Amino acid sequence: MEFLKDLFVNIGLWFSGWLTGFMPAWGVEVVTGFLGAIILVFIGLFAVLILTWGERKVIGRMQDRIGPNRWGPYGLFQPIADGIKMLTKEDIIPTGADRWVHLVAPILVIIPAVLIYAVIPFGDGLRGADLNIGILYIVALSTIGTISILMAGWSSNNKYSLLGAFRAVAQLITYEIPLVLSIITVVLLTGSMSMVEIVENQTVPYMVSMPLVFLVFMVAASAELYRAPFDMIEADSELIAGYFTEYSGMKFVMFFMAEYINLLAMSGVIVTLFMGGWRFFGLEEILPFLNPFIFFAKCAFVIFLFWWTRATFPRIRIDHMLGMAWKALVPIALVNLLLVGLVDKLVEGTLLTSGVLLIVNIIEMVILLAILDKVGGKTRAKTMERVAAQQG
Amino acid sequence: MMVHTTVFIVLGVVTLGAALAVVTSKNLFHSALFLMLSFVGVAGFYVLLEAPFLAAVQILVYVGAIAVLIIFAIMLTRRLMAEDLVQRNAQWVWSALGALLLFGVLVVTLVQVNWPVVEAAVPEDSITALGQDLMGPYVIPFEAASILLLVALVGAVIIAREEE
Repeated sequence: MEFLKDLFVNIGLWFSGWLTGFMPAWGVEVVTGFLGAIILVFIGLFAVLILTWGERKVIGRMQDRIGPNRWGPYGLFQPIADGIKMLTKEDIIPTGADRWVHLVAPILVIIPAVLIYAVIPFGDGLRGADLNIGILYIVALSTIGTISILMAGWSSNNKYSLLGAFRAVAQLITYEIPLVLSIITVVLLTGSMSMVEIVENQTVPYMVSMPLVFLVFMVAASAELYRAPFDMIEADSELIAGYFTEYSGMKFVMFFMAEYINLLAMSGVIVTLFMGGWRFFGLEEILPFLNPFIFFAKCAFVIFLFWWTRATFPRIRIDHMLGMAWKALVPIALVNLLLVGLVDKLVEGTLLTSGVLLIVNIIEMVILLAILDKVGGKTRAKTMERVAAQQG
Repeated sequence: MMVHTTVFIVLGVVTLGAALAVVTSKNLFHSALFLMLSFVGVAGFYVLLEAPFLAAVQILVYVGAIAVLIIFAIMLTRRLMAEDLVQRNAQWVWSALGALLLFGVLVVTLVQVNWPVVEAAVPEDSITALGQDLMGPYVIPFEAASILLLVALVGAVIIAREEE
């Protein structure tokens, strides 16, 4: 029973102990490190299979369809059929394309997506590495994704691809600011950038004590993942498929996979930062082997929220989208940062701090809604006036 | 130590090779991409020196902000996208001379200065120390830098602003 309590950690310990029997210390380190890396990569790849099926199923239900249902029970083998289909497609490099950049872009888009998994703590002691700059490492990696999108868009020699890449840079750089400001708020409260310590210091999940910060982060995250309603980058009714219009076969799959690997990674970050990671009302102490299951259940919830917004909201126009980031999200995030810093300094005790933070957040939200109502009303009145003037 | 040296040599070759490609490449977009690779190589050196914070900031600032901005500017400038860009003009001899001179000065400095070396290992939690130093003894330069950045930000907004 003792062994079962911390199942996954004990399996790891047993395995490295078994290796030590016939291997020098550095050999054990190399083998376990290598296996760990492979497991982390496969979490991402497995997520692609499950998430593509899940997304089509959930969106289908929300649109009053049944989604994939032909291949396997509940259409579960659909992603495998899709994968085989993609493998048989012709690999096309458009005329006038920049051959090397065109080839490297899909590889470079998937590398940072996979690397993020190295620092995400799936459970107590279940992680690739506990970097003391954990969250900064993730932010730094996500900027490399921007470059690969630029490379893909530019090298394709296609106007739609280039437009998609332009939009991508504008959107990703803009939404990175509220995203990082929300991260700083969490780091300020925790006093550490390490993902493990952020989870360990979260007695009350920050999602509960700081709902506004969570909201800003969720909006910015869905823009960073360019998911609907922020999928301007690949808006299919305007840009065909945006920056990866000219990609076919396996290279297309790489972009597709990167999108879903990023989706799980980002929800892992959200779970770690705002929902207490592997912790669940003390259950993690009693049954530690449940840690990763708790973690992935929370991830599934966050991913469902993303799918839900995708099915609910229409696409936002690009200027409105950028305006929203600069005029709404960045000021909110800055005010939040200031208030959280003040509360953290003035109030003692974890529970009391959480309560005060919640009250402050609610007051902030009411004021914010009042301001938005006033500004929106003014804009609406102006537009109505103009329309009336044109008609009259 | 063997691994350390090998990694150092590989990183050095990548960084310098990429830097060389920046000035020899005939396509401005390729130059920008090689510049990025060079920046990533420098970040690798920081990792090797056990300064992960600097490495992450190097990638974040140089690759994430500066290089993307350069590429954006290149993409928006139509004429520069043309193939077969001439990368040198009549003044290349003088600039090469200047670069060589700078290299000489750097080499002489490197060799002659007696660099202070601390025997102790790199502290585990260098970020906390860095943060406390920035907010403690170095608070005035820190604040001056942030005011400078704020002024630049406001200036950029005013320049880019539409006339009403």
